[in-house]
Amino acid sequence: MPALAGKELRIVGFLCNWCSYGGADTAGVGRFSQPTDLRIIRVPCSGRINPLFVAKTLLSGADGVLVSGCHPRDCHYAEGNFYARRRLEVFKRFLPTMGIDPDRFEYTWVSASEGQRWQKVVTTFTEQIHKLGPAPRFGFAHEQNPATAAAC
Amino acid sequence: MTILTQLKEQITAQLPKLDMVIGWEQGYDALHATPLFMRAAEDVERLQIGPLSVHNTATYLTGLRNKKVGLVVKGCDSRAVVQLQQEGLIDRENVVVFGFPCDGVADLTKVRRLIGDVGRVEEVETTPTELRLRVDGREEQVAMSDVMADKCRRCQYPNALVHDHFAGKPREPHATSDDYTDVQEFESQSLETRFEHWKSEMSRCIRCYACRNACPMCVCRDHCIAQSRDPHWVTQDDMVREKWMFQVIHAMHLAGRCVECGECQRACPVDIPILALKRKMNKEIKEVFNYDAGVDPQAIPPLLSFQVEEENINERGW
Repeated sequence: MPALAGKELRIVGFLCNWCSYGGADTAGVGRFSQPTDLRIIRVPCSGRINPLFVAKTLLSGADGVLVSGCHPRDCHYAEGNFYARRRLEVFKRFLPTMGIDPDRFEYTWVSASEGQRWQKVVTTFTEQIHKLGPAPRFGFAHEQNPATAAAC
Repeated sequence: MTILTQLKEQITAQLPKLDMVIGWEQGYDALHATPLFMRAAEDVERLQIGPLSVHNTATYLTGLRNKKVGLVVKGCDSRAVVQLQQEGLIDRENVVVFGFPCDGVADLTKVRRLIGDVGRVEEVETTPTELRLRVDGREEQVAMSDVMADKCRRCQYPNALVHDHFAGKPREPHATSDDYTDVQEFESQSLETRFEHWKSEMSRCIRCYACRNACPMCVCRDHCIAQSRDPHWVTQDDMVREKWMFQVIHAMHLAGRCVECGECQRACPVDIPILALKRKMNKEIKEVFNYDAGVDPQAIPPLLSFQVEEENINERGW
């Protein structure tokens, strides 16, 4: 159970190593206060992010997923975020058919120097997720399978 | 000369130069066709085309890459050939395509819903408007308009898009455009209803992976991430979440590639309407990139390219 049960939601952030992770660090060093719902996973580049990472995260019980990378044209690997943009946009548009609110997933760009922008992104996104509340869940294994439920 | 005789003649003429030609023949009963692998001239006699030729013959192509293969194709099957060629998964010079004008195929699930599970069908007579089935001495009639597969109603490519030989005359398309009303209708329901819809549909999934095996675009075969331990995308737990995750994987892996042949849904033994997911994906690909898969062998797939300034993607300014 989370320490602040009922108050905090589970948000997972996939951040690129070169810009957004640095941006989050800058925000921390600058002592900007931020909501604490976000758990950060550092990835080499936003182009490394398979939209299925986001799908898996959402289906495994996250209430929101945030992806952040370098601004277009600023990618450390020149074009990773251009590919990421197309993939993530398609995935975001796919979410409504899955029965998941597309607002539970956002992707954005934050550079390493933009500590304040990072604070704003985290705050806005966390507020957005809190407005939506906890995500619908699949429940535990025995609830999902009527056969095993009977055996329990 | 009927289209079938013309087709058989073309195949017989080409067969000596080929390892095999793939088409359809009658399966375990008159209603169910099964893929036919013609290797000798006498096999060609068993060839059947028509509303029961439901299988996508292109599914076998990637497994037969080093063989000279002839392929009898409907319009939708030919799109799979185009897509495979575009992705470099087949060598076009090793494939000989036999096209014919397709009038649409029957959805056997619809037939079953209409007349019930009747058992062994002894004889099927197909007319342009009807299927007449003889079961247990009695006759059942179903109108083609009632049992035609949904994909055929909105089919814009009834004639093979690529072909080396074509039997008969190309026919008019069944539809001129696809407005994705089915997707819009599904999305007009509330998010909870949609979520619960998939939860209950996927709870029936028996994880046989028939949808994947029937898909002409699922080319990873033994390396499918659904069955790999490392990375472990999908666990072996008997949970709706795992089954659902696989469908999301399938839909994502087909983004910008799916030719909507409908094989996944047709192959599903428990009739889960999974084509809806691929339809949604195609709708978005069309909207954002104005791209149709399996139409142009020289096109660049949208997710393998980019524009520095995307026309249809709004950067979210926060």
